[in-house]
Amino acid sequence: MTPAIELTQVTKIYRRYSGRQFATLKSALLQRSILRDLSPADTFPALQDVSFSVAPGQTYGVIGRNGSGKSTALKLVAGITKPTSGRVSVRGRISALIELGAGFHPEISGRENVFINGIMLGLSKREVAERFDEIVEFAELENFIDAPVKTYSSGMYMRLGFAVAIHVDPDVLLVDEVLAVGDEAFTHKCFDKFGEFRRRGKTILLVTHSLSVVERFCDEALWLDGGRARTHGDPKRVVDAYLSEVEKSEEALLAATTSRAVEAASKRADGAATEAPGAAPGAGGEVSEGGRAAASAATGAVVAGPAGGELQNMFQAVEGRWGSREIEITHVTLLDKEQQPSFVFHSGDPMAVRLDIVAHAPSTDFVFGVSLFNADGVCCYGTNTFIEQMDPRSLEGEVKVTFAIDSLDLVEGTYKLDVAVHTCDGYPYDYHRLLYTFRVKSRTPDVGIYRPHHRWSFSPGVRFKGDPS
Amino acid sequence: MFSNLAQLVRYRSLILSLVSRELKARYRGSVLGFLWSFINPLLLLGIYSFIFTTIMPNRVEGVQPYSLFMLCGILPWTWFAASLTEASGSLIAGGNLIKKVLFPAEVLPIVSVLANMVHFFLALPIVVLFLVAYRHPPDALDLLWFPVAVLVQLVFTTGLALVLAALTVHFRDIRDILANVLMLWFFSTPIIYPWFQKEVAPYKLFFDLNPFTHLAISYQEILFFSDAIGHWRWLLALGAASIGIFLAGYWLFDRLRDSFAEVV
Repeated sequence: MTPAIELTQVTKIYRRYSGRQFATLKSALLQRSILRDLSPADTFPALQDVSFSVAPGQTYGVIGRNGSGKSTALKLVAGITKPTSGRVSVRGRISALIELGAGFHPEISGRENVFINGIMLGLSKREVAERFDEIVEFAELENFIDAPVKTYSSGMYMRLGFAVAIHVDPDVLLVDEVLAVGDEAFTHKCFDKFGEFRRRGKTILLVTHSLSVVERFCDEALWLDGGRARTHGDPKRVVDAYLSEVEKSEEALLAATTSRAVEAASKRADGAATEAPGAAPGAGGEVSEGGRAAASAATGAVVAGPAGGELQNMFQAVEGRWGSREIEITHVTLLDKEQQPSFVFHSGDPMAVRLDIVAHAPSTDFVFGVSLFNADGVCCYGTNTFIEQMDPRSLEGEVKVTFAIDSLDLVEGTYKLDVAVHTCDGYPYDYHRLLYTFRVKSRTPDVGIYRPHHRWSFSPGVRFKGDPS
Repeated sequence: MFSNLAQLVRYRSLILSLVSRELKARYRGSVLGFLWSFINPLLLLGIYSFIFTTIMPNRVEGVQPYSLFMLCGILPWTWFAASLTEASGSLIAGGNLIKKVLFPAEVLPIVSVLANMVHFFLALPIVVLFLVAYRHPPDALDLLWFPVAVLVQLVFTTGLALVLAALTVHFRDIRDILANVLMLWFFSTPIIYPWFQKEVAPYKLFFDLNPFTHLAISYQEILFFSDAIGHWRWLLALGAASIGIFLAGYWLFDRLRDSFAEVV
């Protein structure tokens, strides 16, 4: 069967504007560069050597990061831009849900805009008239259709644009990230409409960031990365490959964030220490004073003094590092279930925090503490060895301390870590506040802070789709 | 190129609906609405009449009543100048369409020209009004040439509009240059003075090379002067040249078409 959409080794090169947004005739004349300016000089490849084909009746998903060439691919298929090299062929009438209501004129009524938009998308006037009621009903705008479009809310505007585009009755429908055009009910209606398209054997090309939509709706998927096709085929497999790649780059990003934070904090702490040599034990310099309060607060009210002012520090999500460094945390590593250093964890997986510690002098008074904060700065959990009634006896030389969590029962999100060594009464040796960032991923979009281990059970009479029965 | 030209015919209903949208949208929200199509040229005429009959009176034999004479040239000029001004910005203003919808870009400058042609037609009753008021009947047979003049002007203007629209996308200066060029062009065309004024004679070659001279003279002969039209050869020659200009303009537009979606 001939494919409905076929791209053969398509390359699209955009011209990059070197410094000058608008060409001026004068400069072109002065530099005799009219001809050169009209032909691309400094270029940027948006798509490179991409080939794929979509059989008629298939729903094909394209995923990829921002700037990976997804929208360019869609524009090429729509015929809005031409490939620099390669071939694009599409069979049948196309309707592109790229920019909804792109042709609407704000001053004239919704009714007139529906007609003009429909004609723009390739319908005849009579065809629009035939579908008019259906379009208006779909857009849920019966009461406003004669008002000028400029009075519409953005949701109404998008709904009307969507309704017109989808009623063009195309053979090939191109959809670019437009499913978020309305409330829940409207989104459902859109999906129903897509379902109807599929049943009628129409071809859909879908560009989206919503991976679950790709998994649920598409027969095949393509992953674009930096303008090249990374892989294509079964949507589940493509999505998984994409997700693991995203995780990898997220890891690199978090690693960079963390090392930057640690470096900056250490520098600041060193600077403060040399500026105020009096900030040694007991001297009560500003640094250690604040540090003491924060340290006590973060590792539990048990150690904290009774003063309310101290507790406030707990809510101050200011990253930093302070302490006397008699005992120093030289390195902090987060370990995944394979004991490999990592920054991305899955909800429910084990995680371990390993502290590399150097005691510059033997000590008999020490407490190790760890606490977790979510992105809002809420302390999700905090504990230390003192609270857990471990009585310090001695510490000397280089040691390792590991805080192991069997099951990281947190919801998806970005978390930060406090680690500290201090004396039993809260005086800090080395306090690292919010310097370590990690991410928890979850396939369940549940909410809150903490995911208790749980299980649902139902008495007979409750059934779900897909249950073994 | 010619297949694209043929496509234009398919887009006629799109062009028509865009023209009517343009006209409707233009005066939407104004109190006087379509009346502005009459009032604008009337006000312009009032200003010129005051200057050239009272302040610096033009007493050339044969062009009285002067207001009526001037009106015959100013209305087509307004159509021409407004079309080019709007067309040169049309692709940039319609950038959303070109970038996001599969849309034949040449429709936009063509709509600018046609919408202004409708304004021109709407202002014609003023000419009739003046002709009646001054009891100055034109030659009836000459009136048959009126559609010819309009057609020539339409083709000529559309050709230029396509060129300007395409180039303005790449060189935005054109819009500013155009405003000044149009001003110069207006004064070097026999619109507010007659072509047979003796001061014009030394520059005859220059005037003959100005395409709009022939349009202005034709309109004046058709509507104002009672003797038979003597300028029809020039008009037809300009018509032939206009077809050339249109094809050249369309060719250039077609060449640059693919760059619009990226540059706009």
